[in-house]
Amino acid sequence: MSTLPFMTYRLTLAALLVALISTACGSGSATIPNNLDGAAATIYADDCQEATGQGVTIYSGRSEDLVQPVLDAFECATGIATSTNFGDPTDLALALTEEGDRTPADVFLSKSPGAVGFLRNEGLLAPLSTDITSLVDDQNAAADNTWVGITGRQRVLVYNVDQVDPTELPSSIFELTDEKYRGRVGIPATNGSFQDWFTVFRAQEGDDVAIEWLDAMVENDAIKTESNRPTVDAVGRGEFDFGLVNHYYNFQEAAALGDEHRAENHTFASDDIGSLIIVTTAGITSASDDVEAAEALITFLLSEAAQSFFTNDTLEYPLAAGVEPAEVLPPLDDDGADFDVDFDSLGNGLERTVEIIDQSGING
Amino acid sequence: MNHDVGEERVAPLSLRAAALLTTVLLAGPGVYLIIRNFTDDADPAGLLFSERTLAPLWRTLQLATLVSVSTAILGTGLAWLTTRTDLPFKRLFRVLLILPLVYPTFIGAAALVRTLNPGGLVNDALSGLGVDRTPTISGLGGSWLVLTLFTYPYVYLPVAARFARLPGSIEQSARLLGNSATDVFRRIILPQAFGSIAAGTLLVFLYAISDFGAVSILRYDTLTRAIESNQLANRPVALALSLLLLILAALVVMAERMAQRRRRTGGSPRSDSAPNVALGRWKLPLTAGVGFVVLNALGAPLAALLEWSIRGLERSRNNGRSLTVDANEIAEVTWNTLRVSTITAIVAVAIVLPIALLVGRYRSRIGVVGHAVAISTFALPGILIALAATFFISTSDWTFETFHNTMGILIFSYVVRFAALAMGTTLLAVQLVPSGVRDASQTLGASRWRRFLTIELPLMTPGLLAAGGLVLLSTMKELPISLLLSPFEFETLATRIFSTFNESFVAEAGLMALALVLLSFVATWALVIRPSERAVRR
Repeated sequence: MSTLPFMTYRLTLAALLVALISTACGSGSATIPNNLDGAAATIYADDCQEATGQGVTIYSGRSEDLVQPVLDAFECATGIATSTNFGDPTDLALALTEEGDRTPADVFLSKSPGAVGFLRNEGLLAPLSTDITSLVDDQNAAADNTWVGITGRQRVLVYNVDQVDPTELPSSIFELTDEKYRGRVGIPATNGSFQDWFTVFRAQEGDDVAIEWLDAMVENDAIKTESNRPTVDAVGRGEFDFGLVNHYYNFQEAAALGDEHRAENHTFASDDIGSLIIVTTAGITSASDDVEAAEALITFLLSEAAQSFFTNDTLEYPLAAGVEPAEVLPPLDDDGADFDVDFDSLGNGLERTVEIIDQSGING
Repeated sequence: MNHDVGEERVAPLSLRAAALLTTVLLAGPGVYLIIRNFTDDADPAGLLFSERTLAPLWRTLQLATLVSVSTAILGTGLAWLTTRTDLPFKRLFRVLLILPLVYPTFIGAAALVRTLNPGGLVNDALSGLGVDRTPTISGLGGSWLVLTLFTYPYVYLPVAARFARLPGSIEQSARLLGNSATDVFRRIILPQAFGSIAAGTLLVFLYAISDFGAVSILRYDTLTRAIESNQLANRPVALALSLLLLILAALVVMAERMAQRRRRTGGSPRSDSAPNVALGRWKLPLTAGVGFVVLNALGAPLAALLEWSIRGLERSRNNGRSLTVDANEIAEVTWNTLRVSTITAIVAVAIVLPIALLVGRYRSRIGVVGHAVAISTFALPGILIALAATFFISTSDWTFETFHNTMGILIFSYVVRFAALAMGTTLLAVQLVPSGVRDASQTLGASRWRRFLTIELPLMTPGLLAAGGLVLLSTMKELPISLLLSPFEFETLATRIFSTFNESFVAEAGLMALALVLLSFVATWALVIRPSERAVRR
């Protein structure tokens, strides 16, 4: 009696394994649909173009959920197919150094300027045409045109609305070293976006000022956190009261959790280094075999349709095509750049930044 | 001294050749690190004496040691309770107790923190009872707790497989001779399982030093964090630290091997119905204890995942922002995850088997080296294995065209990453085949292959399934290799969870993490527990 179910079980198992192995070899190739739906349709509503060329390959350090609709719209609008390897910007940059000239990647997208600065120093990025870099303000592209900013994320102070009185909110990061903030501020000190910000801070105000500030923060029992999201999560729960993060994450947590999320962003004064805008970036690899298609993609990312999507749907600051920030985002000062941001310092400055952060003792 | 006469024989050439090939393949990441340390002018020896290295190294050692001790105790105790006592709900616990392994630590630890830390779900629930603020889980203590909860299955699974195989007769005779149940456990059961406990604990130790996800969420600064923050900023430092990590692992592996050599696990032909030790008045508290472990290791993260998912679903139903994933996509990536991890589990066990046979049965230098290489590699963060694979396939046009972004290189890299998980348990399974059985069948003239397939393999089945199960669950949650080496358009649950979670799409991440837990539940039951129970019963 009991042998029959057992045989069936074994057969099922065997059939499953055969199915597993036989399907493992097949892989879907990107095809361009006739027209778009969902978020992509808000970016490009017309009928799709016929497919042309071999397409562009993208290494994206920005997540699929933020950029795939734009890539779909690009495919449809231009007939240029895209294949994308999504991942962590640091890991993708390292993979690119190992692959060298053989890399299939044409375009590199990054959450922050650190990874593209690294690639530029390794000689893995080709200069972009000035037609592209002139689409954004000077400060939002590399001086040697190796990368261009796509969107902006503002540095802010996220705070717990139940535990922080609005009068306590500082107008400058330098106030955070005050006794009343002792043990209350979370700093994602080893996160890429903080490191990039700190590098600009050093370039802007000098190493002495930056080191003194960080040491004072450590002395004031600042809490070292890992990255933006867990910092915002902890502040939302009230585990500690403040966090130095990018504006973007609190909007997403609030969108996800509603009233349950008890944190809000506070922007420092517009001339304070604490309210710097860090850009997400794009560059073209020096190994790219279709620069024209790659440039078409970056141009599309800076088009009005894509920039509107980035600000309305992913809640980032637009950098091009005269698009206004989404209404929910706090407006930036009209004159925007109260100081010239030297993102070019990022490539070379990162090593020293990491050293300073290590020496500050914030890592425990 | 050694009871296993087979050990003196010279291994067949085919076996040595297979083991040598496997060893060379598994050594890839180590070779890569050594080459890169040279080409990038890294200075591992110099770093060894700098404060920047010593502080995180010391913290790493503290954490790994603490987690090893606690998982050895917890994993062994749980294994004993679920295999050799009359604990209620044993079969359910056998599946549930393995599952915490499936949480990718970056979301598992974050979810656990969200449930238990101040302002979390437990805090909300307890505030009615006058608890103002739950304690904060962070730092060394927090990392210790969380890693213990997520890694005890590395001990539990092999030890439970070993316990299930122990004959009940020795226990029964001991009991008849008047020994108490605890005496029997300490003096008879424990020594028999020493090999499995040591092998499992070694995996925990190596995992603890390789972990990045949990320690970073819990704000504890270890070597992997130092490697991560230097990856772009100072490549030579990152490479040198990685090499130190590997050397540390190799030293620990050799120490474990020496301990194992001194006390060899004896074979036992078959289990004559394992006894159910009556727990008596301890039954209720012990059941509650096991339940408490499941509640914290599996339930606490699950609670936060549910919270995120439910709020996201509510939101999209109330015309808020719609979800960026749909049921079709979740089904597709779930299927991808299942097939790639099942194939990896099978390949991993097959690949380590030659080395395990060499180490378990013969005196062979190849076996000893292969074993050490496979196990030490487990201490390396996955990203290094992915980069090593990329480095090697980028050495020629042909290798690049053939392997870049293929399923082959993806599965191979998973196997390198998790060979250690398969190795320890497979080796024990090999050693458990009594030499008497082999000698007898040989005397009867059965060919080597026939002997292996018809007599030895069935005896090894529970151990091999446990080995495959560890690889299966670990592959399901693997992140850095999956992100970097997957073919284009091929996504797994772990990669989608990462890309959504990292950008605070917590509802999407929560839903897919729930799919991952469900998948691991079904897969563990169907592919590991059930076949294993059948094999033991036969």
